[in-house]
Formats: sequence, C-alpha cells, structure tokens
Amino acid sequence: MDAALIPPGVKRCDFKIFLGWILFLLAIIGWGAYAVFLVWYKALNQTNMNNYFGFGIWITLDLAVIALGGGAFFTAFLRYILGIDKLKNIISLATIVGWVCYASALFVLGLDVGQPLRGWHIFWYANVHSMLTEVAFCITTYFIVLCIEVLPIVLENVQLAKNRFIHLFSHNMHEYMYVFAAVGVFLSFFHQGSLGGMYGVLHTRPFAYRTGFFIWPWTFFIFILSAIASGPALTLLVTWILQKVTGRRLVAKDVILLLAKITGSILCFYLIVKFIDTWYWATHILPEKGMTLKECYQGWFGPYGLWLLFAELGVFGIIPAIILITPRFRENEWLLAVGCLFDCIGIVINRFVFTVQTLAIPTYPFDKWVVYSPSWQEWASTIMILAIGALVVSLAYRYLPLFPQEPELNP
Amino acid sequence: MKHEHKYKSGPEKYVMVIDIDKCTGCGACVIACAVENNLPVRTDETRKLLSVDWLVIYKITNGKPFPKTRIAYIPRGCMHCDNPMCVHVCPASATDKDDKGVVSQIYPRCFGCRYCMAACPYHARVFNWWDPTFPKGTERGLNPDVSTRMRGVVEKCSFCNHRYQRAKEKAMLEGRTTLRDGEYITACAEACPTGAITFGNVKDPNSKVSKLVKSPFAFRLLEKFGTEPSVYYISRQEWVRREADRYFEEKAKKISKE
Repeated sequence: MDAALIPPGVKRCDFKIFLGWILFLLAIIGWGAYAVFLVWYKALNQTNMNNYFGFGIWITLDLAVIALGGGAFFTAFLRYILGIDKLKNIISLATIVGWVCYASALFVLGLDVGQPLRGWHIFWYANVHSMLTEVAFCITTYFIVLCIEVLPIVLENVQLAKNRFIHLFSHNMHEYMYVFAAVGVFLSFFHQGSLGGMYGVLHTRPFAYRTGFFIWPWTFFIFILSAIASGPALTLLVTWILQKVTGRRLVAKDVILLLAKITGSILCFYLIVKFIDTWYWATHILPEKGMTLKECYQGWFGPYGLWLLFAELGVFGIIPAIILITPRFRENEWLLAVGCLFDCIGIVINRFVFTVQTLAIPTYPFDKWVVYSPSWQEWASTIMILAIGALVVSLAYRYLPLFPQEPELNP
Repeated sequence: MKHEHKYKSGPEKYVMVIDIDKCTGCGACVIACAVENNLPVRTDETRKLLSVDWLVIYKITNGKPFPKTRIAYIPRGCMHCDNPMCVHVCPASATDKDDKGVVSQIYPRCFGCRYCMAACPYHARVFNWWDPTFPKGTERGLNPDVSTRMRGVVEKCSFCNHRYQRAKEKAMLEGRTTLRDGEYITACAEACPTGAITFGNVKDPNSKVSKLVKSPFAFRLLEKFGTEPSVYYISRQEWVRREADRYFEEKAKKISKE
C-alpha cells in the first residue's frame, strides 16, 4: 500500500503489521495526550510535585534525553570534524534520535513550567547570571541546527527526491553539513555543560554543589563527558533494537564496533573523572558545608539510599565500561546491547539524583526526608514522549534511507 | 570559584529578629501574614507541602523523655538573603533584591520554572499549584495593596513591602525622608501577641533590631551556606541553638574564643 514511499533496494514488513504497530503507539500517545490535557487545563496540581520537590520526573526525563541525544552532536563531530568516514553509515540514525530527544526535551519543558505561554520571558527578560538562561538559549538554537541537519535526511524520501529542486537542495545541504555539525558541537558543549552547571552552582544544596574552574563548577564538564559517553550508546542500542525487530542487518559490524569502542573509551574516562569528583565531594565539599556523606543518603536501601550511588557508578557504570572497552565482550552483540543499555541507565540515574535527590535531602537539622513519587499523569506523559520517539524512529526507518549499507548487507 | 554576589543595601536595611524563647507557636503571625498578603485558601489544605504559606512554624524538641522534654517553635518566612541564590538563578529576572534589603518577586514575569525553589535551602518559596481561591465572602476582605497571584507562578514573603510604601508616603506627607523605628513593620511582627518578632532598620543605631542582632544568643539559619540571611533568631537555650543551627558547634567555639 505504501510501497511507493519505501526507499529502493530495501524490504520493509507488510503495511498491515506496520499499521498495527503504529496504532499501538498512537493508543499510548492518546493516553499521554489526555494526561497532558489535564496538566495544561487543570495546572500542575495534577502532578505529585510539591513545594519541596519543585523538580520531578519531567526534569529527570529532560536532562536524560538531552544527555542521550548527545549521540547526534558527538557522532556529527566524529564524522564531519574528525573525518571518521565510516560513521556516515550510522550518522542519519544518530541525527534522527538526537532530534527526537531534543524535541522531547523542549516539549517537556512546555509541560513542566507553570505558565507555558510565558516561555518567551526566558529570552526577553534573560538573566545572564543564570545557568538556566544559557541552557534555554543553547538548546533552542541547537534544536534549530538539528532541524537543519534532519531536513536533508527527510528530503531523501524517494518521492520527495523525485523533485529536481528538492534533490539538489538536499544534496547541497549534505555538502555543507560540516558547518552545521561544527555549530552543533559548539552549542551542545555549552548546553550540556550548563545543565550540569545549573546544579553545580547551588552552594545552598551541598549534594549537587561542586567547586570548579573559573565560573564553571566541575559538573559543567562532567555533564558534557557523560553526554558523549552515553549518547552514542543510545544510537547503538536503537540500531540493535531495529536490527532485532526487523531481522535485517542495517549497519556493518565494524562501524558498530568502532562507535562502541569510542563510547567505551569515553565512558572509562568519564568514570575516572566521576570517581575523583565523588571522592573530592565527599571528603572536602560536604564537610565544608557542614554535612557528611551519610546525611546525603537515606540509609543503604531507602528510596534515596546509597544503593543509588552503587547502581549509578557500579552496576550501570563500571559494568558497561568493561563491556564496551573489552574487544571480546563488545563483539558479542547481546553483551554489546547490555553494555549500551546499562550505560544509558547509569546516566538516567545520574540525572535523577541531581534533579530529585538533591531536593529530597533535608537542609535544616530539624527537617525530615521527603519522598517524591510521580502521579499517573506524570508517568503517562513521560511514556507518551517515549512512544512519540518510537513512532518517529519507526516512520523514519520505513520511509527514509537511514542506512546506506542496508542493501549490500541484505542481498 | 565563587558563585556568590553579596548585595549591598542603601541607607536602610530591614531585618527581622525572632525571639524563639518568646514564641508560643500560636500561629497568629501565620494568619496575619495570610490575611495581609491575600494568600489563597483551598477547601482541603491537609497536604501542607502544596499550601501557599509565606510563613511556616516549625516545631522542634530536645528529644528527651518526659519530664525533661522541651519544645520550641521556629517561625520561618523568606530570609531576604544578602547573597540570595534565588536571584542569581532565576532565568527571567523575575526576582530581585532592592536597596532596603527586600528580595522581591515579580509575579507577572515569573513563568514557573521553579529553579528558585530548588536553589532556596529555606523552602521559603512556594508555588501556586492551583488557581487562587478564597472562601465565599472573604474575597471582599482582600487587601487592595497586594496583588493576588495566578496559578503556575512562585511567590514568597515580601517583608510586607506594600507597608513600606505606605509608611514612606506618610513620611513624605509629613516632610520626612526617613522612617522612624516601628513605622514600617510587617504584619506578622504586628500580630505577634508575645512580641517575639521585631522588625526594623538595622542601619538605624537607635532601632531595636540593631541592638538585638548583637546579642550573643543571636544566630541565623544555615549560616554556613553563605546566604547571609536578614532574619535573625534569638534563644537563650543552648539546645534550641544546637537544634536550629547545624553549625552551632563551630559558632560556639568562635564565641568562646572571643
């Protein structure tokens, strides 16, 4: 039924099966859309946030998808700036995934702020001293860059490309893509960092506070590192899922292994920096603020217990680093998938503790721990975002030539 | 690296001094604050972390069994810090600190990102999770000098800034440029039946607060965060100071050295 839209030389599943999958996703999106309607219509009382937890699951999602969307700018950096030509075989997917992540982040911000129609105030009344201002400017401009990067991929659709102007326009955009890649890297460097800086500057919240270099707390640099250590892992994970679901080889193994090796190396470097940071924070910064490590955690197994630290840096830090850095392990596709998945989970935990646990820790000696658990509206809208991501990737996979190697890998 | 910028006040610098030993926890200050500043009231206010309260009273105990049990109450509003983290982080410049030491909030400019709430360790900032509602009939008693706030924005204690403006206008009509001690006080200070709350210009050497802040029993909450609060507390009971201020031990050492 939709054969005319499918890229030449590749096979796609029957339209009815695809339609069933899309309808399933649309059902989830419909459920989430109802929750979004409730939030916009009835205000943020539909969430379980409160005056102690000004930030909740949405901000965690926001920071997590921005980190995981880092695969787009970093792969573009490797491909266009460093000239690693092999990565042209996965760059389109990385760009699409990055676009989905950033579009999600912007949408979630529109959901999370109390007065979404005043979103422009952040630009009009910008406070240049606020890290959040830098985040807003960089994310918005980078999203525009991502749209420019995604445009030639969309224009490569077989029907659109029949138009001579569109074809030439798209071809010429590809020629100058290194310019946008460079701008994207510059902007991403600052907003990934500023997101870390947002929490690192909070000298009133010792859990997040870090000293650092000049105006930037260390979290500025650590967030950049963690984004480039996890973003490509999501790209690899999506590739793996697509290959398993469709039963087709989409990217040659040497390309996947190369990206996995780069990701693993950066993850190792990130973990070394993170361990030093955690040690310095626990032994110097916390005592300076009159706190101890014990006071920052709710025992070992409480909702905000020490298990989170071990999960983030151990299970979902060291294990994926070992898998991705060891050639024997990463060559096993299942282990590689586990490594990428764990890498992504580790970063999500990192963003969770910075956004939510920071606020849960009592600041007064006489105050108590408060626990936050999202409402169904918060879960539904979050799951909706993930479903929209799956929808975009599904449509892109079916109708756009994302993988140049696919025809030769599936003769 | 310092993420700090200490604001310098002009000829006036208003501070609040709360004598914890005089506070009975009656809540008159909380009610006075709510009425004066048009705080909304919902039918169900049981979930206190969702309430719009500018002034909250914490109850602390010495943790000892009866009959040695002791209780104290700590009223807490906005600290109007001289190094206000909320002002530094607000992306839309919706909060500022003025020359007389008041940290203000511009409600029509706030877009409700709540970064200021995350930055404030005192939990002085509250969010409007609902559209403001007032029990039937009470809307006729709203204070015309204070705007009501819409849903989705952050609000906080303003040190009853409108009272300052009123006092200043009165002084100008009388040909004065400065205010007398006690001419401008907050609603909570006015309502406190035991006189536990004192408010005034700390730069006026004759003001009550300028003497009270020099008390050896005076302290501020969470001093080590470097926020430089404008609200001082006084307690002659050591256990209260120890319970209320995480850094009491260090402060006690400093006092003994002096």
